[in-house]
Amino acid sequence: MAKFSFRLVMPERELLAIEADMVVVPGSEGDFGVLEGHAPLISTVRPGVLEVYQGNKVERRFVVAGGFAEVTPERCTVLAEEAIPFEEATAEYLAQRERTAEEDLMDAANDAERAAATKDLAIARELQRAQAYYATR
Amino acid sequence: MPSLKTYRLRIRSVQSTQKITKAMKMVAAAKLRRAHEQAVAARPYAEAMDKVLAALGQSFKGAGPRLLAGTGSDQVQLLIVATADRGLCGAFNSSIVREARRLVRALMADGKTVKILCVGRKGRDQLRRDFGPMIIETITDLGRPRLSYGDAQKVAARVSALFEAGEFDVATVVYNRFRSAISQVVTVQQLIPAQPPESEEGAVATTGGAIYEFEPDEGAILADLLPRNLTVQIFRVLLENAASFYGSQMTAMDNASRNAGDVIKKLTLQMNRSRQATITKELIEIISGAEAV
Repeated sequence: MAKFSFRLVMPERELLAIEADMVVVPGSEGDFGVLEGHAPLISTVRPGVLEVYQGNKVERRFVVAGGFAEVTPERCTVLAEEAIPFEEATAEYLAQRERTAEEDLMDAANDAERAAATKDLAIARELQRAQAYYATR
Repeated sequence: MPSLKTYRLRIRSVQSTQKITKAMKMVAAAKLRRAHEQAVAARPYAEAMDKVLAALGQSFKGAGPRLLAGTGSDQVQLLIVATADRGLCGAFNSSIVREARRLVRALMADGKTVKILCVGRKGRDQLRRDFGPMIIETITDLGRPRLSYGDAQKVAARVSALFEAGEFDVATVVYNRFRSAISQVVTVQQLIPAQPPESEEGAVATTGGAIYEFEPDEGAILADLLPRNLTVQIFRVLLENAASFYGSQMTAMDNASRNAGDVIKKLTLQMNRSRQATITKELIEIISGAEAV
């Protein structure tokens, strides 16, 4: 199977730059798998789990908190606002994150803060659901 | 003529100053390295973002969301003056402020309304004297202990809240671009409306002229992307500024240590001269005393 170059970047640093056989990205309109020679595509990414395949096996998983994916026939770049290796994003960690977001929502002093906290909360819940689903696989 | 003791005291005080400036130089050098690494690490994301934006920008010529197309006016100008919180860094802050002053005057001469958002304490302190009433807000204490994307988000949130509230039409940022440890360039960059990067060597070229598919659609992606792009731009500004600050501080402290060394040398020379003068005088006194006997 031909490989293509895959990059997972966060604003602060590049998390991963490898040659992969397939990557499954949680697009906002549904998950999509990227293989070498994929049609050019730009998609938004919803909070969820991203899988990197080597051969027929999932080599690595990442929990991403939304962002964008840019796909061309020879490469795929995912711009994630935040991405954590799946192993580090445990259920406890995500539950903690949800609690923090809830507290932020309670403490929010103005509309902007409230909106931000609501968004964080939605992301945290979404991530928990995704984590729970993938943990069993 | 000052006594030997006063010389010695002065030398000692200059020496301790030199110790401090030397230490500061060392710290600045270490921090500069870290800031530089951070700036380099942040580059892939910004580049990828530029590429996506360039691809999108082509389908939106002139139209599109307000963050890209603007409000259709340029009457109210927001100037974001990004400086440091602290001084002792040579001309770092003053060069930014000088450029900001020039811009404000030029804009006012054009009959525009100017509002200033200060990022960093030093900028506010220096601008307050001339343009106090125009400063609508100051954001300080960013990047403690180290600059994070969250800091940029904080600034971006404020800027977009102001924009949503219709407080300004055009936002421009003044900061120091990092070229090297000894050279920082004051840079003026327009943030809102966003200026899509030149697309000639961007997306289309690399996909061999293929057109992207968009999911969900261009408008939705753009609406999602532009606020993030604003944050990324601000993050870049903050990173460049941090690196420039430490570069500037390193140079300034290096100069200060060298100057202190010069002063010490001069004072030591004076001290030795005066010591010799005293000895000579005493000798003359002894000799003439002996002759008189």
